[in-house]
Amino acid sequence: MSDSGHNAAAHDIAASGHADHGHDDHGAGHHYTVTGVDNRKFAMWTLIGSECFLFGALIINYVINSGKGTDKLTPQNIYNIDLTTISTFILLMSSVAMVLALDACGKKELNKFRLWTFVVVLFGAMFLGCQVYEFQHFYHLGLGLSTNNFGSSFYLLTGCHGAHVAVGVMIMSSVLIRSFMNPKWFDSIVVEVTGLYWHFVDVIWIIIFTVVYLLVYVI
Amino acid sequence: MECGGFTFLEMMKPLAIVFVIAFGILAVCTRRDMWSWITTVDHKRVGILYGLSALLFMVIGGTEALLMRTQLLMPNNEFLSAKIYNGMVTMHGTTMIFLVIMPLSAAFFNYLTPLMIGARDVAFPRLNALSYWIFLFGGLLMHCSFIVNQIPNSGWFGYANLTSCQYTADASVDFWAMGLQVLGLASLIAAINFFVTILNMRAPGMTLLKMPIFIWTTLVTQVLLIFALPVITIALVMITFDRKFGTGFFNPGQGGDVLMWQHLFWVFGHPEVYILILPGMGIVSEILATFSKKPLFGYSVMVYSSCAIGFLGFAVWAHHMFTVGMGPWANAIFSAATMLIAVPTGVKIFNWIMTLWGGHIRFTTANLFAISFIAMFTMGGLSGIMHSSPPIDSQHQDSYFVVAHFHYVLYGGSIMALFGGIYYWFPKISGRYMNETLGKIQFWLYMIGFNLTFFPMHFLGVQGMPRRNFTYAADQGWNLWNLVCTMGAYMTAVGGIVFAVNVLYGLFRGKKAVGDDWNGRTLEWAISSPPPIYNFAVEPTVSHLDEWWHLKYDENGKRRPGVEIEAHVDPATIHLPGPSYFPILLAFGILLGAVGFFVTPGGLYVSLVGVVLMIGSSYGWAFEKT
Repeated sequence: MSDSGHNAAAHDIAASGHADHGHDDHGAGHHYTVTGVDNRKFAMWTLIGSECFLFGALIINYVINSGKGTDKLTPQNIYNIDLTTISTFILLMSSVAMVLALDACGKKELNKFRLWTFVVVLFGAMFLGCQVYEFQHFYHLGLGLSTNNFGSSFYLLTGCHGAHVAVGVMIMSSVLIRSFMNPKWFDSIVVEVTGLYWHFVDVIWIIIFTVVYLLVYVI
Repeated sequence: MECGGFTFLEMMKPLAIVFVIAFGILAVCTRRDMWSWITTVDHKRVGILYGLSALLFMVIGGTEALLMRTQLLMPNNEFLSAKIYNGMVTMHGTTMIFLVIMPLSAAFFNYLTPLMIGARDVAFPRLNALSYWIFLFGGLLMHCSFIVNQIPNSGWFGYANLTSCQYTADASVDFWAMGLQVLGLASLIAAINFFVTILNMRAPGMTLLKMPIFIWTTLVTQVLLIFALPVITIALVMITFDRKFGTGFFNPGQGGDVLMWQHLFWVFGHPEVYILILPGMGIVSEILATFSKKPLFGYSVMVYSSCAIGFLGFAVWAHHMFTVGMGPWANAIFSAATMLIAVPTGVKIFNWIMTLWGGHIRFTTANLFAISFIAMFTMGGLSGIMHSSPPIDSQHQDSYFVVAHFHYVLYGGSIMALFGGIYYWFPKISGRYMNETLGKIQFWLYMIGFNLTFFPMHFLGVQGMPRRNFTYAADQGWNLWNLVCTMGAYMTAVGGIVFAVNVLYGLFRGKKAVGDDWNGRTLEWAISSPPPIYNFAVEPTVSHLDEWWHLKYDENGKRRPGVEIEAHVDPATIHLPGPSYFPILLAFGILLGAVGFFVTPGGLYVSLVGVVLMIGSSYGWAFEKT
């Protein structure tokens, strides 16, 4: 994220009032913000702070319960590290695409913007597909939501993360559709704010991947 | 495993009833203007809606308290059954915290934040309306439980495993948990909105240390909400999973842990008590400065104390759990942290006293409430320091001493401060003063009634009377003080009626207010009462703390000539965000999403309809021209 560069852009848009993007809440009649950061971007950072505690609670809950597997349904026995490594790689690459989409949006390069937005949506959907497959696989092995507390806390944590990815995919799909409806639509604040969210969800997955899937090999 | 379900029609009936009641009241209050109130995005109107709702919920929560006190009037009373009594205990606590103090504080945040920082509106006006409607629907959902006679009765803290299917088979816990879940969402959205508003929308020149102290306490409160709410969200999700999908997070039989709930709940619950008291502290600071005709003593220290309280508020949660057996290390650390948090709080108390010292004090009703806040909050704080010591806490745990303690801080503290705030800002909001004589009658009824109710509870607690029990035997020596407590509660109820009369008197007969109604210090007094829809015609530029005071008076305290309340301009010349019905539609989608958890069979489809409504109205929202 080249924050400083986009700060200037945020300021320009804020300074030009809200006539050109009336579809977003924007401080009524305010022509500047104190910090120079767009309100929507500021709100997303705040939400991310809050989400840290949300996932923090879920991760702690998982750590406490991960040893409570029953019979053969324990982390050591059922995780498939190959699949998860691939899906993690896909999610990381979607973040790269997100950066490129924002860059293309800023430079108003329509085709590149559409292409990279599409890649974000595609990779996000592929990650979700891997997760659905993983859940089904575990279910067939006998690990349901209420089988044991390891399973419950695993599904709650990764399911909550998956829901966040799904919301991100929906927003980026909307951005893509918007860009096809109106080829002149290059609202880089919307893309940047969505990007912040997307990168955050990605970073959280890196923590989950480490705590849930990798620590099994250490402990 | 699943418990507590209704068919679709069974669930729709209580919902329809609470909606008819709520919107009936709204229709009566707004008359032909109802649609404009439903679609409003004006922070002042949203603030009024919050305040009105909170006061109505206060009637419900207060009635619950009176029923409890009537039951405890004499030993072996059979006025309420044990089950109903438990319901009253639970809903009194839940209502007063989540549906009275929090939304009443939110009413002040909404109404005052943009006025005090010199802004046209909050950062996200439509999100602000959304918060209110989600809050209202959450409160209504919770109160459906009364209509189906399944009143939540496992305590406002909902300790596991009282909330499990095994011990609560009906839907009472679900009404509590889903209601809180929805309310939490409302608070989170509002918190983000106000955090951004305060940091990003201040008038030019208003640096952080030139913000009014109420704005500072508001800011710290939002930070606490932002970090505390997600934890209770997860805890409530886990309860819902335990009850609806058969998981066993809090069920030892399935490998779960009941103490896990206590930790999660109090990681949220202790910051929550600072969420309840900090707005009151801000209100009192503003009132004392105005009516002492002096600047707030030690403003910057007050700011740092608020921040310190906010920070330490996250490090003391386990002092609610000294008796569960955490071991000496955990007890010692949380005990020390709890003693530490008394330091910034004590600093504040001295600053308030020093603000009064040597001032030209006017004993208006608002100021009486503010001064009583200092005294009552100090007493509650002192018994709080006693509880920070685990050996003493072990003696007080679950006794009436604790009930006395937290009512001194939340009632003698928060509620008294909020009443002071109502008397102080009523002329600004309505354009008319409330009656001072009636106000003083209410104040003394409250002050004496409150102390009669709660001071004897210290004695009862030390004598060993356990809290939450629905009755007691005649030979336990608790008869006299219980009688006194109940009489005090009735006295407060009379005070409540006087307050209601005073509000109506103020609205229809009160003395007209012009703008600078109390010779105020902060920017909201620089505009007319009630404020025009656009707030400030000309964006103010700030150069001092207490800007309006410095505009009116020179360095020697002499009144400058020619400083007047800002004149009105034609609102058409100022761009304001347009009304929108998407907030209420989106909030309704969220309500349906929650209602789905009660419906069986077919609950999933109800929730999905809610999700579709949420997504649809989000798109409508995004493409709406404002």
